[in-house]
Amino acid sequence: MYRYDAIDREFLADRSAEFRENVVRRLAGEITEDQFKPLRLMNGLYLQLHAYMLRVAVPYGSLDSRQLRRLAHIARVYDKGYGHFTTRQNIQYNWIRLGQAPDILDALAAVDMHAIQTSGNCIRNVTADPYAGATAEEIDDPRVWSELIRQWSTLHPEFSFLPRKFKIAVTAAAKDRTAAKVHDIGLVLRRGRDGTLGFEVIVGGGQGRTPYVGPSIAEHLPAGRLLSYLEAILRVYNRHGRRDNKYKARIKVLVAALGAEAFKREVDEEWSKLDPALADAPDTELARIRGAFTPLAFETLPARSEAFETARAADPAFARFARNNVKAHKKSGYAIVEISLKAPGQTPGDASADQMDVVADLAERYGLDDIRVTHEQNLVLPHVKLDDLPTVFAALQAAGLATPNIGLISDIIACPGLDYCALANARAIPIAQSIARRFEDQDRAELVGELKIKISGCINACGHHHVGNIGILGVDKKGEEFYQLSLGGSGQEDASIGKILGPGVTAEQVPDAIEALVDTYLAVRQGEERFLDTVRRVGFAPFKEAVYADAH
Amino acid sequence: MPTLIRLQHGVYAAAEDRFVDVADGDAIPAAAPVILSLARFQAEGDALLGAGREVGVRIASDEEIETLAYDLPRLAVVALQFPKYGDGRAYSSARLLRQRLGFKGEVRAVGDVLRMQAGFMVRCGFDSFAPADGSTPEQWANAAGRFRHVYQRGADARAPVFEERA
Ligand code: HEM
Ligand code: SF4
Repeated sequence: MYRYDAIDREFLADRSAEFRENVVRRLAGEITEDQFKPLRLMNGLYLQLHAYMLRVAVPYGSLDSRQLRRLAHIARVYDKGYGHFTTRQNIQYNWIRLGQAPDILDALAAVDMHAIQTSGNCIRNVTADPYAGATAEEIDDPRVWSELIRQWSTLHPEFSFLPRKFKIAVTAAAKDRTAAKVHDIGLVLRRGRDGTLGFEVIVGGGQGRTPYVGPSIAEHLPAGRLLSYLEAILRVYNRHGRRDNKYKARIKVLVAALGAEAFKREVDEEWSKLDPALADAPDTELARIRGAFTPLAFETLPARSEAFETARAADPAFARFARNNVKAHKKSGYAIVEISLKAPGQTPGDASADQMDVVADLAERYGLDDIRVTHEQNLVLPHVKLDDLPTVFAALQAAGLATPNIGLISDIIACPGLDYCALANARAIPIAQSIARRFEDQDRAELVGELKIKISGCINACGHHHVGNIGILGVDKKGEEFYQLSLGGSGQEDASIGKILGPGVTAEQVPDAIEALVDTYLAVRQGEERFLDTVRRVGFAPFKEAVYADAH
Repeated sequence: MPTLIRLQHGVYAAAEDRFVDVADGDAIPAAAPVILSLARFQAEGDALLGAGREVGVRIASDEEIETLAYDLPRLAVVALQFPKYGDGRAYSSARLLRQRLGFKGEVRAVGDVLRMQAGFMVRCGFDSFAPADGSTPEQWANAAGRFRHVYQRGADARAPVFEERA
C-alpha cells in the first residue's frame, strides 16, 4: 500500500470540507442543481433515477484491510448492505442520500480514500495490473507509476474540463490484465534492449459505440519522461478533441480522424516544447513514492507446501479452487488468490458488507494486508502462503466466495442493464445468470477452459461486449429485447474487437446459442487451443451454422 | 461600469472594468479602451494601437492562442471565453499565454465563469474574472485558496507537493 503522508491527508480534508459546504448550500436551496452538478460530479456522485450513486475511487485497485472494512461499513450504514465493484477497479454504492454524502466522504478520508475524479470529464482513477508486486512477470511495479499519475492528475488545473472522460491503464507484465489497448491511454512498461525502463504508449483505444484497439504512438518512452508526455497528449486532446457531440468527444475519435501518425506528430511537437525540468517529476519524488509503499515481509519458504498438497489430494473442491483461482507468485511458497464475485445467480461484481469483512480479515491474517480489485470485477489476495491456502479456502467457502471459475465461462462481465440503467435496451444481469446456470457443471466449464463472455445492455458497452471472446449486446427491436452475439473479441495483449455473428436471438435462446458455440469449439479445437484461438483459426462459418441451425 | 474580480499581488479585489467589450457588429467607441474579437482585432487593431488606444482581444474557445503570439507585447488584456463552464480549452490557452508566450498583461476569464472553477483558473494563470454566478471577491478568494497543497506545477507560483516534501 502507498502510505499517505500529512500532505495527502490535508488535501483530502480540504476536499471533504469543500464538498460538505456545497452540499449544505445545495440542501438549503442557496445553489441550484445546475450549479451544484459540476462539483458533485467531480466527487463521484451521480444522480440516478431514484437515488444518488456514489463511486468511490480505489486507486489502481489496491486496498488494505482497514479500507475494505470501511467500504463494508459504508455499505451497511449508508446503503443496502452491499457494494458493486466495477470494471475500473472502483466500488459503487447505488442508494446514497445526498445529505449523508459528506459523512461518507469524511469516513473515507479517515482511511485515506476519496471519490475524486471518479466521474466527470477529467482524468479518471488510474487502473493497473491487479497482480502488481506479486507476479514474477512484471518488469517493475506499475503501482509506483500509477501513484505518480494519480498525484499529477489530481485536480489538474488544465485538464479537469476535457471534452470527455479520460481513462488511463498501466501494466508492466506481458500478460495484460488491464485492457490497456482499449483505454484512452494504455501504458505498458518494458525494459529496452539497453536495459532502460520505458513505456509503450497506446492512445485512443476505447469501447462505447465506436470501439477501437488503440494504436501505439511511442514504442519506448523513457520512463522518467512520462508526465511530460502525458501532458503533451492531454494538451493536444484538450485543445483539439471534439466538443460538439458527446458521442464523438473521446480521444479515440480524434486519433482516428487525424490518423495515428499525424496525431503522434502533434503530440511530439507539443512535447518538444516542454521543459523536462518543469514538466517531469524529479527522480527524487519517484523514489519517495516507491519508498512510501509498505515493504512486505515475505518469509523464505520452500516451493512445496505439505499442507497445500495434502489438502489438494484430500478435497476435490479445494483442488478445483487451486486449479482455477490460485496463480503463481514471484516468491516461493506464496500464491495469488483470486476471489470470484461471480457465484451462479449473483450480480457480477456485487459483494455484501459481510463478504467484504471476511476478505478484509483474511487479508489481514493471511495476506500481508493487501487486497486488489480486478477489472473483471473480482477480488484478489495477492500474497497468501501456500501453507495457509486450505484455511483461506474454507473461510471463503463459508462466505460464498469460493466459486472456482476465474477465467472460465461463468466469470462474466455484465453491465447493470435494464434492471438498473435508464439507457438500457435490454437486461444484462439475468442473461449472465442464465448462462452461468447452464454451465454450472464445473467439469464441463474446466473442459471448455478460458472463455470470456461480456454482456452490455446497450451500445455504450459498459459490459465490454466488444472485447468478449463471446460478446452479447442487448438491442431493442420494436419494443422487444434481442441479443446480438459477436465473436473473437479480446481485451488483453492480443486485443481485438469482436465481429457480429448474425441476427440477434431472444433472451431465452441465449443459453442455447452459447451452448452451440461451445459445442462447436470443443468439436473443432486443436490441442490446448483457447476458444479465442479456435475462432481466429477456423473463422465464423462453423459457429454460425451451429447457432442458427439450433436457434430456429 | 461592470465590475471584475482582479487578483493582484495575491489579493482578490473588486475592480472597475475600464474596457468596453465591443461586440462584432457594434461601433468602436471614440476614446475608451476596448476589447475586440480576434477577427476585428486583426482588421482594426493596428490602427487603434497606432493611435495610442489600449486594446484587448477576446479569444473564443476554438481559436488558437498562438495566433496572437506577435501582438502580445502590445495588448493590455486577453479575455478567454468559456461558452460553457465545461468547455476547458481556455485553461490550455491561459497556461500557454503565461508559460510559453510570456504574456505579462491581464488574462481575463469571461463567459460561463463559476466560483467552482476559481482554483483551476488561478493555477492556469488567469488574474481577472467576470463571474457569471455573482461571486464576491471574498467568495472567489475562498474558493481559489481552498486547498493547502497542489499536486502539480501550474502557471502560478505555487510549489507542488514534491517540492514541499523535498
Ligand atoms: C446505470 C448506470 C450507468 C450508466 C447510465 C452508464 C453510462 C455509460 C455511457 C453513456 C457510456 C459511454 C461513454 C462514452 O462512450 O463516452 C459508458 C461507458 C462505460 N461504462 Fe457505463 N454506465 C453505467 C454503469 C456502468 C457500470 C456499473 C460500469 C462498470 C461496471 C460501467 C463501466 C463503463 C465502461 C467500462 C465504459 C466504456 C468504456 C469506455 O470508457 O470507452 N458503467 N457508460
Ligand atoms: S451498457 Fe448501456 S445498459 Fe449497460 S450500463 Fe451502460 S448505458 Fe446502461
